[in-house]
Amino acid sequence: MNEKYRVSSNPHIRARATTTTIMLAVIIALLPTTVVGILNFGMHALLLVLTTTATCVISELLFTKLMKKKTTIGDCSAAVTGLLLGLNLPPRAPWWIGVIGGVFAIIVVKQLFGGLGQNFMNPALGARCFLVLSFARIMTDFNTDTYTGATPLALLKAGERVNIYNMVMGKTAGTIGEVSMIAIVGGACFLLLLGVIDLRIPGTYIVTLILFLILFSGRGLDYDYIAGNLAGGGLMLGAFFMATDYVTRPITKRGQYVYGVLLGILTGIFRVFGSGAEGVSYAIILSNLCVPLIEKISWPKPFGRGGERA
Amino acid sequence: MSKSLERLYNGLIKENPTFVLTLGMCPTLAVTTSAKNGLGMGLTTMVVLALSNAFISLLRKVIPDKVRIPAFIVIIASFVTMMELLLEGYLPSLYDALGIYIPLIVVNCIILGRAESYASKNPVIPSFFDGVGMGLGFTVALTLIGLFREILGSGKIFGYTVMPESFVPVSIFVMAPGAFFVLAVLTAVQNQIKLKAAAKGKDVSKIGSGCAGGCDKCDLTGCVSRQFYDPKAVGSVEQAALKREEKGGAKDE
Repeated sequence: MNEKYRVSSNPHIRARATTTTIMLAVIIALLPTTVVGILNFGMHALLLVLTTTATCVISELLFTKLMKKKTTIGDCSAAVTGLLLGLNLPPRAPWWIGVIGGVFAIIVVKQLFGGLGQNFMNPALGARCFLVLSFARIMTDFNTDTYTGATPLALLKAGERVNIYNMVMGKTAGTIGEVSMIAIVGGACFLLLLGVIDLRIPGTYIVTLILFLILFSGRGLDYDYIAGNLAGGGLMLGAFFMATDYVTRPITKRGQYVYGVLLGILTGIFRVFGSGAEGVSYAIILSNLCVPLIEKISWPKPFGRGGERA
Repeated sequence: MSKSLERLYNGLIKENPTFVLTLGMCPTLAVTTSAKNGLGMGLTTMVVLALSNAFISLLRKVIPDKVRIPAFIVIIASFVTMMELLLEGYLPSLYDALGIYIPLIVVNCIILGRAESYASKNPVIPSFFDGVGMGLGFTVALTLIGLFREILGSGKIFGYTVMPESFVPVSIFVMAPGAFFVLAVLTAVQNQIKLKAAAKGKDVSKIGSGCAGGCDKCDLTGCVSRQFYDPKAVGSVEQAALKREEKGGAKDE
């Protein structure tokens, strides 16, 4: 009888996952697309990703120290935000764009609202939209030494054909982390296998977008167009890595389906009817803002409550 | 005379319409894209505010209580129309920049608020200075907001380029979100200054604001924020107001 009896209050069975392990898993899952981006666009892309990550971590450290709060850089969430922000920047953006974006993401979007778990909007995407609105010219310039001309989505919008194979492999113009569908989906499969994310939000999102494109794009069942829309732009990165952010997605399963449908419809509206070619980041932050409402309508009723009285 | 000075101080600092009362947010957020627009809007509003306050105070014993709001609006609208025509005639560029927000001064809640809470209950001279003070406070706030938005958003001050060539304008600051950022930061800064003064033992109600913190010294028992500091201080806001009136503390009304 070596075993001791432990007396403790519940919960008695705990998952081993902590914030840190989940965030590390996300970082590992993002590595393939980061590597593809750097191989594609060169060392400046690496510099940008490192700048955003370092800025986010340092901002979090300084802010928590200044406000005399518990320092939370150990949970790696700031590093994930920085990495995602870096992947959302165009490959030729100047380094100070990364610094401004990182400071905005961590201090304004995350810490001013209470830190991890309290932010109402995905910090990386909030910062991306801030940068797009502030520095429109820099943020929409995707020309590099290897790739010049319009992005695949802009081509599709203009009614031209795109090379789907190149888009899947990542040989195309775009932000650092969005170009290679295969690397993103590969990383996402790793997260799916670990159970860090599930298919509810990305699946509903992508299916809704496909249906929207068939119904409203005016091109009907044009496979090339639909495939180009799935592989192009930030859809895959957004659907698997940013829409599934634990803090800014709905908690309930029903709510997550509603959220996915909303994301799909908004992205479709922006891409088909909007003036720009891309709409994933705006779709996600707008849906983030709707999450409290979605939770209100999807909150489960306790057994025995509600319904008709007999 | 001291009463008039007190009114000016009240409007500028203690009950600044923008940073403390947060009234008149529509022009505050919409026209402050540059310091010049902010200043123009502030001064126009100040003139309307001072004149309408004075007239409403003159007519306060004539206007029947039941129709006072329509009567106030007629007076305010007359002055706004006069200002609109003057601006169109003499400052056409400012008139074009402010656009629809000039006629909308009629429904600016600072003006109606001062008419209702001050001018309709007080003599002419203090009412006039109350309008000037509130208008000055509004002007200072709008010019400050416009200044920061203009520097950050286009690198200029009053239309003159001040930032170096290499500065890339952060254009979000001349858009709507920038107005919220700048307003929030400036409000926070003025609260911080007032709180620091309060911490030095000065009476918050004298240097302070409508309510810019300082809950630990406040006697408003019904206030929600107050309950955060002292859970025992539960009571309705109405009770607290009654209590203050009994003390004879209703200075402003």
